[in-house]
Amino acid sequence: MINIIINKISRFLSGIGHRMIARVWRLGAGARLFILAIIYSGESFKRFHLTLREIYFTGVMSLLIIIVSAFFVGMVLALQGYNTLQKYGSSEAIGVLVALALVRELGPVVTALLFAGRAGTAITAEIGLMKTTEQLSAMEMMAVNPIARVVAPRFWAGVISMPILAALFSMVGVLGGYLVAVPLIGVDEGAFWSQMQANVDVRADIINGVIKSVVFGVACTMIALFEGFDAPPTAEGVSHATTRTVVISSLTVLGLDFVLTSFMLVV
Amino acid sequence: MERTKIDLWVGIFVALGAAALLGLAMKVGNLTSNKIGDTYYVSAAFENIGGLKPNAPVKSAGVVVGRVAEIGFDAKTYEAIVTIKIDKRYEFPKDTFANIYTAGLLGEQYVGLEAGGDEDVLKSGDKITQTQDAIVLEKMISQFLYSKASETDSNKDAKTPASAEPVQGKSTELGDAPF
Repeated sequence: MINIIINKISRFLSGIGHRMIARVWRLGAGARLFILAIIYSGESFKRFHLTLREIYFTGVMSLLIIIVSAFFVGMVLALQGYNTLQKYGSSEAIGVLVALALVRELGPVVTALLFAGRAGTAITAEIGLMKTTEQLSAMEMMAVNPIARVVAPRFWAGVISMPILAALFSMVGVLGGYLVAVPLIGVDEGAFWSQMQANVDVRADIINGVIKSVVFGVACTMIALFEGFDAPPTAEGVSHATTRTVVISSLTVLGLDFVLTSFMLVV
Repeated sequence: MERTKIDLWVGIFVALGAAALLGLAMKVGNLTSNKIGDTYYVSAAFENIGGLKPNAPVKSAGVVVGRVAEIGFDAKTYEAIVTIKIDKRYEFPKDTFANIYTAGLLGEQYVGLEAGGDEDVLKSGDKITQTQDAIVLEKMISQFLYSKASETDSNKDAKTPASAEPVQGKSTELGDAPF
C-alpha cells in the first residue's frame, strides 16, 4: 500500500521534472536553430527570390486581414475614447488617444497576434509536413542544407514583413479613427490632427513601435519555424505543433511587450 | 511569369509599408512641425522649475520660439540653471523676463518670455536675470491655508474685546475648518 503511494508520488514528481527538462531542451534547440538560421542566411539574400516568395506568402497574403482589422480597431478606439473623453469636455484629444494607443501598443501587438495566427501557423504546418513527408531528409541527401534553403528565407521574410504590417496597421487604424471621429461624431478636423501631431513623438513613439514590431517579428517567426522543425512526423504531431505555435507566440508577444515597454518608458 | 507577379506584389507591399511609415511620421507624428532653424543659447536661473523638462517649448506671446535645451543645478546658489535655445530669427532685449508657466490647469510646463524695453539684444551665452519660478500647487495651497489661518487668528483676537457678531458671520463663510 505504502509502496504504491510512494510510487505514485515519485512518478508525479518525475513527470514534472521530465516536463521541465523537455521545456529547457526545446528552448536550447530553438536558440540553436535561431543561430543556425542567422549563420546560414547568406543564401536567402544571394538568391533573394526565395525570400521574396516567402514575403509574398507571409506578408502580402496577410495584408487583407491586417488592414480590415486595423480599420475596425481604429474605429472602435475612436468610439470608446469619445464616449469617455466627452465627459471631461476634451473630445478633441481623441486623435491623440487613437494615435498613441495604435502606434505604441495595438499596432505592433495586434499585428503580431494576427501574424502568429495567419502566417505562423502556415509556416509551422508547411515545415511540419515537409518533415513528415521526408522532404527535409531528401534535401539533406542532395547536400542541400534545409536550414539555408527552408528556414532562413522564411525567417527573414517574417522579420521584414512584421514592421511593414505593423506600420500599415497603425496608419489604417488612425484613418479608421479619423473616419469615426471627424465625419461621424463631428470632432473638429484641425484639432484632431494638430493635437495628434503635438503629442505623438516620432522617436519616442513611432520608432519605438517599429522596434517592437521587429522584435515581435523575430519571436513569432522563430517560434513558428522551430515548432515546425521540431514537430513529430505524424499528422497528430503537426496539428499539435500548429496549436503550440499560436499559444506560445501569443504569450511570448504579450510578455515581450511588457518587457520592451518597461525598457522604453524608463529610458 | 509567376515570379514577376510575386515581385510586383512584394513591391507593392513594401511601398505600402514605406508609405505608412512616412504617413505616421508626417501626419501623425510631429516631424514637420518640430523643426527650429539655427538657434542661439541663453540661460536663466530659477529657484524652482517645478516640472519643467528638457525639450519643453519656449513661448513668447503664445508662439513657440525655441525649446529647453538643458536643465542643470548650480550647487553654489542652489538654483536650477535652465539653458534654452531660441530660433535665430527672433531677438529678445536684454531685460527679457523669463517665467515658467503651466499650459492649462494640469498641463505641461513651458518657459514664457516677456520682452522688455532694452535696446541691446540677448546673444548666445547670455543670462536672463529676471525670472519667475514655477507655481507649485502645494506651495500655493499651503500659503492660502496659512493666510486663512492667520486671518481667523486675528479674528479670534478681535473677538475678545469686541462683540461676537461679525466673527460668527466670518466663521460660517469659512466653514468649520480646524485651523
